[in-house]
Parts: sequence; C-alpha cells; structure tokens
Amino acid sequence: MKRRVVITGLGAVTPLGVGADPLFERWAAGECGILDGAGACTDFEPSELLSVKEVRRLDRFSQLALVAAGEAVADAGWDEELPVDPFRAGCIVATGIGGIQTVQAQLDVQRERGAERMSPLGIPAQMSNAAAAAISMKYGLKGQAFAVASACSSGAHAIGSALRMIQYGDADGVVVGGSEATLTTFGFGSFNAMQALSPTGISRPFDARRDGFVMGEGAAVLVLEEASVAEARGATILGEVAGYGSTSDAYHLTAPEPSGEAAKRAIELAMSDAGVGPDEVDYINAHGTSTQLNDAAETAAIKRALGEERAYKIPVSSLKSATGHLLGAAGAAEAVVTVKTLQTRVIPPTLGYEVPDPECDLDYVPGEARPLVMSNGRPPVALSNSFAFGGHNVALVFRGPAS
Amino acid sequence: MATVTAEQVEARVVETLASFGPDADQITRGSTFEELDIDSLDLVELAQVVEDDYGVVLKGEDMKELKTVGDAIDLIVSRAE
Repeated sequence: MKRRVVITGLGAVTPLGVGADPLFERWAAGECGILDGAGACTDFEPSELLSVKEVRRLDRFSQLALVAAGEAVADAGWDEELPVDPFRAGCIVATGIGGIQTVQAQLDVQRERGAERMSPLGIPAQMSNAAAAAISMKYGLKGQAFAVASACSSGAHAIGSALRMIQYGDADGVVVGGSEATLTTFGFGSFNAMQALSPTGISRPFDARRDGFVMGEGAAVLVLEEASVAEARGATILGEVAGYGSTSDAYHLTAPEPSGEAAKRAIELAMSDAGVGPDEVDYINAHGTSTQLNDAAETAAIKRALGEERAYKIPVSSLKSATGHLLGAAGAAEAVVTVKTLQTRVIPPTLGYEVPDPECDLDYVPGEARPLVMSNGRPPVALSNSFAFGGHNVALVFRGPAS
Repeated sequence: MATVTAEQVEARVVETLASFGPDADQITRGSTFEELDIDSLDLVELAQVVEDDYGVVLKGEDMKELKTVGDAIDLIVSRAE
C-alpha cells in the first residue's frame, strides 16, 4: 500500500500577482497578465517582501521562489513550527535555467572591470539549487533539498520527485515547486533566435492562429505531506497528488514527437499510478504553450491516452493563455491552479481561444469559466501535463477534496 | 593614500556593511560581524570595496582574524598608511 500524499499549502508569484488566490481567481475571471509580449511579475516588489540580505544574495528566480514558499508554508501552518522531524522535511525547487540574471550581470562586470571584480555571490546566486537552499535555510528543512531541471517540465518533475520521496518513506513532508526569471536579453534573444516566441505577443493555446509562446516568469510552491501526518494535526487538506508518470521522446532537442506516443505513455503511467481510468478524469490542465507543434502533439497524446470518445468530453484549458509560459515554474503553477480547480469546482478558460484548428479538436473551455462537472459523487480528478525541450514528458494526477 | 583618515574609513565601512543588511545605526566599532550577521561572503565584498577605494588588498587570511568592525577599520587604516 502506497503512502498517500496530500497538499496542505499553496503559494505563487506570477504575472497575475503575488499569491495563489490572485493567480487562480484572475485567470478564472478571464484576466490576462501578459503585457507587451511578456508575462512579467510586475506586482512583485522584492524589497517589500524580503530582507535586504535576501534581496542582495538571491537571484530573482530565488526571490520569487522564496516569496511563493513563504505563502505556501504559512498556508500549511508550517511557519511557526514544522509538523514533522526536520530531517524528514524535504525541499525540491525546480528551475529550467537558474540564475541567468546573475550570470548576465557578472559577465558585464567581468568584461568591464575584470574577473577579479566579479562578486563572490555570483556562483551561489546563479546555481540552480539556490532557491531550494534559500527555502531550506529559512524554514529549517533538513531533509533532502535540491533542484531538478528538465526545461519546461521541471516544475512537474519536482512534484513527481517529491511525491515519490514521501511515498518511499524518505520524507514525511516536502516543500516543492518551481521558479524561473528569464525575461532577460539572453532569454529573449535566445528564444527568438529559435523562433519559439510569438511574434504577435499573444498566447492563445490551441487556436489556429497561435504563433509561438509568450515568455513569462514566476514561481509556485506547494507543501506536500504524508496523509496521516496532515490528518493527525488537523491540517486543511487541499487535495492529493495521486499519480505521476514521466517519459522521454528520445526524438529531437526542441520539437515534440508529433504522434505524441511518449507523451501518451506518460499520461497512461500517471493514471495507472493514481489508479484512475479515463472515465474518472474530470479536467485536464494542458501544457498548451501556444506553439504550433506542442498544442497539436499534446492534443494527439490526450486522445490516444484517454481514447477519442472520452477525450472529447473532458474540458481542457491552459493557464499559459493568462500568464505566458513560466518555463521551469510552469508545472508548479499549473499544479497550483489544478488543485484550486478541483477545490473550487470552477474550470478557468483558455483565454483568446476562438478559431478552431482541425489538429486541435478538444473542448478547450473557450470564453469563460465553467463549473466542474463530475461523473458521480466521488472526489474530482484532474490531469496536468508538462512537456519540455529535450523531449521530457510529465503527467501528474490530482484528486480534489471530497466536498 | 596618506590623506585617508580613520573617520573616512569608518564611514565607508559602515556604509558598505549597511548595504549588506544590518541597519547603519546598529553598526559600531565594537559590533562583531557575528551579531551583525556579516559572513565571509560579505567580507570578501567589503574587501573589494576597500581595494577600489584605498588600494588596500585584503586576502582571506587577513579577514579570518577580524572579529569586530573596529578590527576591520584598524587593519584598513594601518595598511593604507
């Protein structure tokens, strides 16, 4: 019998604001956080939310993560005292790219003033595990702490890894999430050179007019606990991480394998891990990047994994229509909104979706939010997909609270 | 560097340390780096400022002995003379 893993805290900093509630509520209300072709966290003022030392020592990606973690930890009631042995409290924070702002700034110092004037904080600020380290130190998490990296699947891989860490018995609680802050000349220049970014600056996943993704930044963090620990202390249980599946295309550095075979397998593995069949999936939170290739391949994978007949009946929506693509944070932000969807029974829409594409023929929840309809009285179930450059596929299954 | 006074060095050191986190009015000659939460990474940054401003090169072994803000000021002043 697997140990069950529940969610007791949520936190986020995204282009829709500081907080998990603004993220979900504004998306559900049809608001978009994209401005001038980028999803920037414009409401995020590091100096108001962090100490001088934290602001100086942390790259923006770690600052975002630390604030999101603060919200999640407080939400879970972990901020006063850890409910588990500190050595059994883990921390996994994913990032696709890490502290690129620090790297860019230090390269400027090196070129202008010489290598000997580079900051001693350069490496500790840019290292990909810096966010996990900062959170571990602030909250006294003494179990396993590290980063995972798989580009745009990083956040989902982190949650899958945390699930296994608790299921296996290596930890009783894990603070887990993802963070990214890549709105820099390197980020824009490099993604533009690949022709991955939308030239119109519009994120409209699954729409026939989609022309690339819109880069965003942000962080999202969840607190996961072994179910009996959370129940024993009377914690509010927001949902359950029920299943995880991950595969790789082994096909191309950036393009998804068009048939969606490996992505389909990831979805099947996650459903099997959760013990749910296609008829029990009430909602799919899509990766839905707004690129031609991803959205078509994802649609194919969903249809193959759940069967066409069932796939046509499941509402599918993409958060990226409201925030842009948060890259290494995307899977974590999408986990947060998926948990909120199951909790509130409100499905937010795919914003801007108007013109159907024959290759994308599912129900993408156009227009406005709608109620989550469940097939019977059981707790609702959702699937959240993440796919990445490198061909990495992750599917997570979440179960909502019973009532 | 003969014109550098202890007062100037003290003002510069306090200003620099304050930019690392502690409140400026908390920093006195007698404050220990430990109580100000100033660690070895901060001291390396302080050394870079000191070298830029006064041409005084402070290495890791010089810094290791420093316990208080006054220790740092005295060392910088003595090297600048």
